[in-house]
Amino acid sequence: MNAPLSQGSAMAEADTRAAKIGDVLLKVENVSLSFGGVKAIRDVSFDIRKGEVRAIIGPNGAGKTSMLNVINGFYHPQQGVITFKGERRSEMRPYVAASQGIARTFQNVALFKGMSTLDNIMTGRTLKMKRGLLSQALRIGPALNEELEHRLAVEKIIDFLEINHIRKTPVGKLPYGLQKRVELGRALATEPELLLLDEPMAGMNLEEKQDMSRFILTVNDAFGTTIALIEHDMGVVMDLSDRVVVLDYGQKIADGTPDVVQKDQKVIDAYLGVAH
Amino acid sequence: MDVTDLVARAQTSNDTVPKLLLRNRAQWGDRAAIRHKDLGIWQSWTWREVHDEIRSLALGLRKLGFERGEAVAIVGSNRPRLYWTFAAVQSLGGIPVPVYQDSVAEEMKYVLEHAEVTFAVVEDQEQVDKILSISDELPKLRHIIYDEARGLKGYDHTRLHDYSQVQELGEAERKANVGADQWWLDEIAKGKGSDVSVMLYTSGTTGRPKGVMLTHDNVVKSGQNANTFDRFTPDDTMLAYLPMAWVGDHIFTYGQAYAGGLCVACPESPETAMEDRREIGPTYFFAPPRVFENMLTQISVRMEDAGTVKKKIYSYFMGVANRTGEKLMNGENVGFKDRLLYRLGDFFVYGPLRNRMGFSNLRLAYTAGEAIGPELFRFYRSLGMNLKQLYGQTEASVFITLQPDGEVSPETVGKPGPEVEIKIAPNGEVLFRSPGVFHKYYKNDEATSATKTPDGWVHTGDAGFIDNRGHLRIIDRAKDVGRLTDGSMFSPKYLENRIKFFPEVKEAVAFGNGRDFVTMFVNIDLTSVGSWAERNMVSYASYQDLAGHLQVVDMIRKRVDELNKALSQEAMVAKSQIKRFLILHKELDADDGELTRTQKVRRSFIEDRYAPLIKALYDGSPDADISVEVVFEDGRKGKIEGHMKIVDMTIYPVAQAAVKEAAE
Repeated sequence: MNAPLSQGSAMAEADTRAAKIGDVLLKVENVSLSFGGVKAIRDVSFDIRKGEVRAIIGPNGAGKTSMLNVINGFYHPQQGVITFKGERRSEMRPYVAASQGIARTFQNVALFKGMSTLDNIMTGRTLKMKRGLLSQALRIGPALNEELEHRLAVEKIIDFLEINHIRKTPVGKLPYGLQKRVELGRALATEPELLLLDEPMAGMNLEEKQDMSRFILTVNDAFGTTIALIEHDMGVVMDLSDRVVVLDYGQKIADGTPDVVQKDQKVIDAYLGVAH
Repeated sequence: MDVTDLVARAQTSNDTVPKLLLRNRAQWGDRAAIRHKDLGIWQSWTWREVHDEIRSLALGLRKLGFERGEAVAIVGSNRPRLYWTFAAVQSLGGIPVPVYQDSVAEEMKYVLEHAEVTFAVVEDQEQVDKILSISDELPKLRHIIYDEARGLKGYDHTRLHDYSQVQELGEAERKANVGADQWWLDEIAKGKGSDVSVMLYTSGTTGRPKGVMLTHDNVVKSGQNANTFDRFTPDDTMLAYLPMAWVGDHIFTYGQAYAGGLCVACPESPETAMEDRREIGPTYFFAPPRVFENMLTQISVRMEDAGTVKKKIYSYFMGVANRTGEKLMNGENVGFKDRLLYRLGDFFVYGPLRNRMGFSNLRLAYTAGEAIGPELFRFYRSLGMNLKQLYGQTEASVFITLQPDGEVSPETVGKPGPEVEIKIAPNGEVLFRSPGVFHKYYKNDEATSATKTPDGWVHTGDAGFIDNRGHLRIIDRAKDVGRLTDGSMFSPKYLENRIKFFPEVKEAVAFGNGRDFVTMFVNIDLTSVGSWAERNMVSYASYQDLAGHLQVVDMIRKRVDELNKALSQEAMVAKSQIKRFLILHKELDADDGELTRTQKVRRSFIEDRYAPLIKALYDGSPDADISVEVVFEDGRKGKIEGHMKIVDMTIYPVAQAAVKEAAE
C-alpha cells in the first residue's frame, strides 16, 4: 500500500442554484382579502417553485403576514385561487394545510412556554403519530416504538439546530433568539414541503442572524425544503433568496431576482416614501 | 530471565501510546474506553472497538498517502473520533498537532504552516471553512477530513473527505489485502519511546506561539506517574471538556487514560458539559479556579432564593462542615458528636449539593493555573470533595508539583511529583527536571536553549520558594519580582494576592522594589464592608466616607497584621511584611487607567499618579493629602480630593524555623 488513492468521488461543480429549482409548488392567483372595509391584499398573483427560497418583502402593513396566513389556510380570501401541489382550493383549514406539508413559524414566537424545548418540538410530530390516544397514554406495544422513532427524529433536529444544551429547559426561560430556533425546530419536525417563516431574524443580533441564515440555507440545501420567508433585514433577504416578491398597500409592485427587485424604481419609492 | 529483565521488557513494549492501545485491547478489551453523548443518548466504545476504529482510520490515512513523520492538525471540540485520530496518526509514526478550535483563521494559519501540516482532521463545516479560506497559503496541506458532514454536501470533495469514508477505505484495504493488519502492527512496533508523539502550541502572551514537542516517553511516563501518585484504576472516569490543544487535556484524558485504561466521557457539546457531568458522575475532575468559583456563586444565589427553613439548615450544616469537613478529609481526630453531625449534614446538605454539581462519584479534583481563594478551596473540601492543587506547564507534560493527600492547603502547589526534581535559582526562579521535560521547541533552537539547560533543567519563568514542609509556593512571574534594599526578594503580586484573600479587601498595590521596606495601598470591598456597616449601624455616604471610617481602618489594620504574622513564618518573604499602609480614597478603576480591562493593576501608572501618597508612606508622615482627576461613568471629568490616614504596623521577627530553613 503506497500509491495514494486517487479520489474518484470528486463532486462535479456544486449544483448551481437554478438546477435545484423545480416546478411550481404553490400558485397564488388574483387573491384579494379584506377585513370589513380594509383591503389587506388586492389582486395578488405569484408562484413559489419547488426547492427555492422565496422572500416576501414590503413596508409595514403591506400585507405580508396576511399573505402567509392565506397560504396556510388561516385566512380565507374573498377572491382568488390557491393551487398547492396541483390541487386548487379557495378555502382550507390550517390543520389540513399542515397535513399537506405546509409548516410555519410566527412573527411573535408562538410556543408552549411552560414546556421544554424537546416537548415543544415533539408537538410538531403530532400529525405523524398514528397510534390511538389510549395506547400512547399507556405507552404500550407499537406506541412505544412509535414514540422512540419520533424522539429520534426530534433529536436529529435538536442536533441540527445546535440546541442540545437547552433540550430540557422550559421554553419560557430562553432568550428570544433561541426561542426562534426552537420554533423553527417545531416547524421542521413536521417534515414540511413548504416552510413559511415570518420574520425569522426579528430582534436578533448579528451572530444569531448568521446562525439562523446558515440553518435556513442548510434546510433548503440538504432536505430540499421550499422556503417562503418574510424579512425586514434586506441584507439577509438579498443573500438568502432566489426570488423576491414585493408588496405595498396590499398590491404586488415587483417580482423577480434580488438584483432586479433592488433596482426597481417602484420598490425604492415604496421603501423611501414618495408622494402618492 | 530475572525480574528486572521482565520489567525492562514490559517497559519497552509499552513505551508508545499506540503500543498501550494494543495492551489495553488485550487487557481490558470489553471495558468502556470512551463515551460520547449523541442525539441525547450516551454511546460507549470498548477498548476493542476503539482499537478497531483506530485501525481503520490509520489504514485509511495510509491509503490517502500518509507518510511516516508527517504532521496532522486536529481541530474541534472533545469528540471520540478526534481522540482516535491522535492514536491513528501516532501508530503510523506521524505527529498530531491539536489546534485551539476557537482560533481565527490567521492564528490557525501560523500553526499549520509552522508545523508543516499535511493532513487536517476537523470537527465540522466551521473548521473546514476556516481551513479552506487559508489553504492557498498552505501548499503542504493535502487532505482535509471532517467528522460532522452537515452543510458540506455541496463542497468540492477532491481533497475533502468524510471521516467514515476514510475508515471505509481502511476497511476495504483490510478486505483486499490480508497483510494489512500485520503491516499496521509492524508500523506500531517501529515506534520508539523517544519519538516525538505530539506537538502542542503554547499560546504565548508575547510573540508567536511556540511548538512544544513532547515524546512518547514524556506522555506515557507522565501519565503513568500521575496514575500511580493518585492511584487511578480502569474504574475511574473523567469528563473531557477542556480544549484538546491544551497540554492538560492531552495528558489527563489521553496520556493518563491510555496509560491506566481510564474511561473518558465526551460531552454532547461544549455548552452541555455541566449537564453531562451530572449524568456521568466523573471520579476525576480538573478545572481552573474560576470554574469552581462560578459553581459556588450559582449555589449561593440559589440559596439566597430558598425558603427560610432551607436556608437555616444550609447555614447550620455549612458551619458544621467548616469546622469538621477538612479535618475528616485529612484524617485528623474529630469528636464523636461532630462526626455524627457531619454524617447528618452529608445526608441533608453535602450529598445533594455534590449531586447538583455532578460530583457524587468524585474521588479527586485538581485545580491549577492561578491562585485559588482559601475560602473557595475550603468550601469544596469541607463538602467532602478531595480538591487539590497542582503546578505544571506544557514544557513539563503538566506535572511539576502535586499536593499529596493529607497535605493540602490553599497556599501551596504541593510537592514534586514522582521522579520530578525542583530547585530555586538565586533570582528566585523555579527550575525543574523530570521524565516529562519536553524534547524541544519546533524550529526554535534559540528559545529551546534559553529555556532548557544542557543537563535537562527547565526554567519555568515563575518565581517561588519551598516552604518548611517541603511544599512549593509560587509567588509571581520571575520577571516581576524585585528586591528590597537589603537584597531580600520582594514580590508585589504575592502580597497583593494574599491580602485580597480577605473578603474586606478588593484590590491592593504593594510597593518596595529598591526601597527599605514594604508599603501598600488598599481598596476596601464595598459589598463586604458595606454589609458590615449595615449590621453595625455605621452610616456612610460614599466609598470615600466608608474607607476613611476609623473602625474600617482598624478592621483593615487587623487583616494586615494577620498577614504580617503569616509572612513572618515564611523565610523567603518574611522581610516583605507591610510596614505602612493606607486605604485609598477611591476605588481603582479601569476607566481612570489604573487597572487594565481585565482588572489587573497597572503598577507604573499608579506609581506616577499617586506619587505624593507614596512619598508620604516612606517619609514617615502620619497622613497624606491628594487630589486626582477622575472620569465619571457618563464621561464627565472631575476631581476627587482625599485626606488619608497612614497606619504604622508592627513588624514581627522572622520565625526561628523559617531562619533555619533559609540557612539550609
